[in-house]
Amino acid sequence: MTRGEAVQRLRVGYRISNPLQYVSVLDMGRLWERLLRRAQVPMAYTQGYHPHPRLQFAAPLPVGYLSSAEWLDVYLREAVDPDEILPRMRAQCPRGLEIKSAQTVSLNAPVLQAQMREAEYTVQVWSEAEPTEMQGALEALMEQEQILRTRVRKGRQQEYDLRSRIHALAYIGGQPDSDDGVWEHELHLRMRSGSQGSGRPEELLQELELPIDHYRICRTRLIWE
Amino acid sequence: MQIANNRLERILTAVQKPGRYVGGEWNSITKNWDQVQVSLALAYPDVYEIGMSNLGLAILYDLVNQRDEMVAERVYAPWHDMEAAMRKAALPLYSLETRHALTDFDVIGFTLQHELTYTNVLNMLDLAGVSLLAEERTDEMPLVIAGGSGTYNPEPMAAFFDLFVLGEGEEVIIELLEAILAWKQGPHANDRPGLLRRLAQIPGVYVPSLYQVAYHPDGTIQEIRPIDAEVPERLLKRIAPTLPPAPTRPIVPTMGIIHDRAAVEIQRGCSRGCRFCQAGMIYRPIRERSAEGVLDAVDEIIANTGYDEVGLVSLSSSDHSHIQEIVQGILERQGENGVAVSLPSLRIDSFSVELAESIQQQRKTGFTFAPEAGSQRLRDVINKGVTEDDLLHTAEAAFRSGWDRIKLYFMLGLPTETDEDIYEMARLIREIYSLGRRLRNRRVQVSVSVATFVPKPDTPFQWLPLIDPAVVEERQRILVNETRIGKVRVSWSDWDSTWIEAMLSRGDRRLGAVVKRAWELGARFEAWSECYEPSLWRRALDESNLDESFYISRQRERDEILPWDRLGVGVTKQFLWREYEHAIRGELSPDCREDCHGCGILAAFDDAGAVVRDVWGCP
Repeated sequence: MTRGEAVQRLRVGYRISNPLQYVSVLDMGRLWERLLRRAQVPMAYTQGYHPHPRLQFAAPLPVGYLSSAEWLDVYLREAVDPDEILPRMRAQCPRGLEIKSAQTVSLNAPVLQAQMREAEYTVQVWSEAEPTEMQGALEALMEQEQILRTRVRKGRQQEYDLRSRIHALAYIGGQPDSDDGVWEHELHLRMRSGSQGSGRPEELLQELELPIDHYRICRTRLIWE
Repeated sequence: MQIANNRLERILTAVQKPGRYVGGEWNSITKNWDQVQVSLALAYPDVYEIGMSNLGLAILYDLVNQRDEMVAERVYAPWHDMEAAMRKAALPLYSLETRHALTDFDVIGFTLQHELTYTNVLNMLDLAGVSLLAEERTDEMPLVIAGGSGTYNPEPMAAFFDLFVLGEGEEVIIELLEAILAWKQGPHANDRPGLLRRLAQIPGVYVPSLYQVAYHPDGTIQEIRPIDAEVPERLLKRIAPTLPPAPTRPIVPTMGIIHDRAAVEIQRGCSRGCRFCQAGMIYRPIRERSAEGVLDAVDEIIANTGYDEVGLVSLSSSDHSHIQEIVQGILERQGENGVAVSLPSLRIDSFSVELAESIQQQRKTGFTFAPEAGSQRLRDVINKGVTEDDLLHTAEAAFRSGWDRIKLYFMLGLPTETDEDIYEMARLIREIYSLGRRLRNRRVQVSVSVATFVPKPDTPFQWLPLIDPAVVEERQRILVNETRIGKVRVSWSDWDSTWIEAMLSRGDRRLGAVVKRAWELGARFEAWSECYEPSLWRRALDESNLDESFYISRQRERDEILPWDRLGVGVTKQFLWREYEHAIRGELSPDCREDCHGCGILAAFDDAGAVVRDVWGCP
């Protein structure tokens, strides 16, 4: 196999919709590998016993989340014209994946994942709570100084403060759903995201102590340094 | 009815691995139902990751969907959490492609591969809202059919299926769907019994309700009889006389599955004639795909899927007459793309080691081979055709080529086995281990997997009892005591799932009540050791007044009517008995590509005009 050094780094922007929101991070890597191979993109490979293509995701997308703002860096062993390669990649997208853009970035630029700071989300929540009640609960939550929660990480309980990870919250409004007595609410969130620990929108919903029927989370923006 | 996205979305947030239940994978086919006339749900009675690895269903999916008027979609068994969520939300079982409820299909086609999936079949029918018992199904319900190796003795499942298809499905699935379509458009569209009678005229189609079984007072079968003269007396499995083209646009799963690679079938059937092996008997005759055919298929599949690995599928890969040319060809044509080759089922010789070495790119993971039995005497009984020299030379070649880990497959409880054979097995394992230590280093590891032998229908051992569990335990103890050296690891199959498999594989129609009762009591996913509850099966047997020992511990008489006697696999009962007698005497029957042993396959298909002399491996 031709391995060789990477000569170009391609930054690809894409959206995730149904049914690909159910894909795990690991599976998403494999999906891209196969897509790029079908599109005959000349990927650069890692060295070692099990060479694999050099792909770097900016931030893993949790299972169940939609996204309009995903980023992936692909390292190439041969130089390509991004405008020429974009339609080839698009022709190989399974349902639920839409490639927005592909552009060349400096090979020496830092790894996106290390620079990640925040992410923005649009959250739809279906609940029996009326808009005033929902808004009140959200305001009360934001007034708290600390929201201590525990997560299990590698088998160990870890305590963290959720409140400090919520950087901004806006309640957009609610409207009656077709289901009797259920309201569909929308909120926008900016939360910490990156190697220092991420906040997750559904954790915030769990803290509301409101009856929640179901919710839908879409990541709308990644913010890095 | 199509399941709305939002109904599904609500429950998928709360289940493990939701990717199992959504479809949309690359190369999956979504047709407009207004433009198709007959629909088939291809059902695999286990989870997505297992079902998606099945090549047979992938072949049928491809063939049916090539026809404009037909559609095939997929469905797998929901895991416990999804089952509970679906029942709570009153969501019926649906197909992955268009999310149609299973009751919307004309036909639900299961593959029966393994006895331990039988309760899942019932669970899936129940989740679909289809009556479990074929006789209770109304005219508008789908036909529930099955194919796969389990249908060579489908009797324990006879009550739940409208019909079974014997043998290879490529031709008969299209014939069936055409006949069903014609019937739907005809004057008797709602006459379900009439349709079944019509379908029973298609060669290879077995409609169990058209046969009556009578029993002797001792429980053995007195007679199996067609209900009238129109119904075929005997059946013969279907075959594809030459291998049809390999599907080259397989679905690329989005989540990891068991065999997550491209697959090309290079050969069907096996000429080795191992006497314990059901596959070796039921997949006759042997047919090869040409090297050129394999290489072209590999190129196309890689281009269409983006896989970086291709598995060459067959019962004995190194027996293909052009295997070297195939492996070299793939490495030359696809090496640039980093495509690796995997070769399951290598035979035991140094040629296989060379072959395995040629496909190992850098790292040497485990080298696997299957002596099956520990002593030469017992290997001759089962017609393994491998000497101790072959075994040691293979191990030596593997160690010399750089492998540190060897995995050995054995069986325990083979016919005529004594403790002495187990001491011999242990000695062989020790010799292989010390060979490794001498040729390699301290890192050498030998793992030994010991399965309890289960006698299967249509093999020379179909008349024999399953070994007694107390003997299994004693021999396992001997093996452990005799292999307490260095890095030798021994593992075995679980007795509790072994006896269920043994009971069902040679069972009769009366066991249908037991399968149904076990399912009602909560039995599911028997193939998963964490799910398996033998007590449910014991209770189901008690309540049905049946005793498993009748099915598993009994030596059957030569002329006993076996539940599968009318279901012809092409190999005759006389041949099987002859092979059984050879086994008892320890006589070998060499590879039948060189010397025909008269198994019956040529005669069976000569009459049907299906023999293709220059393709079949028969001499």
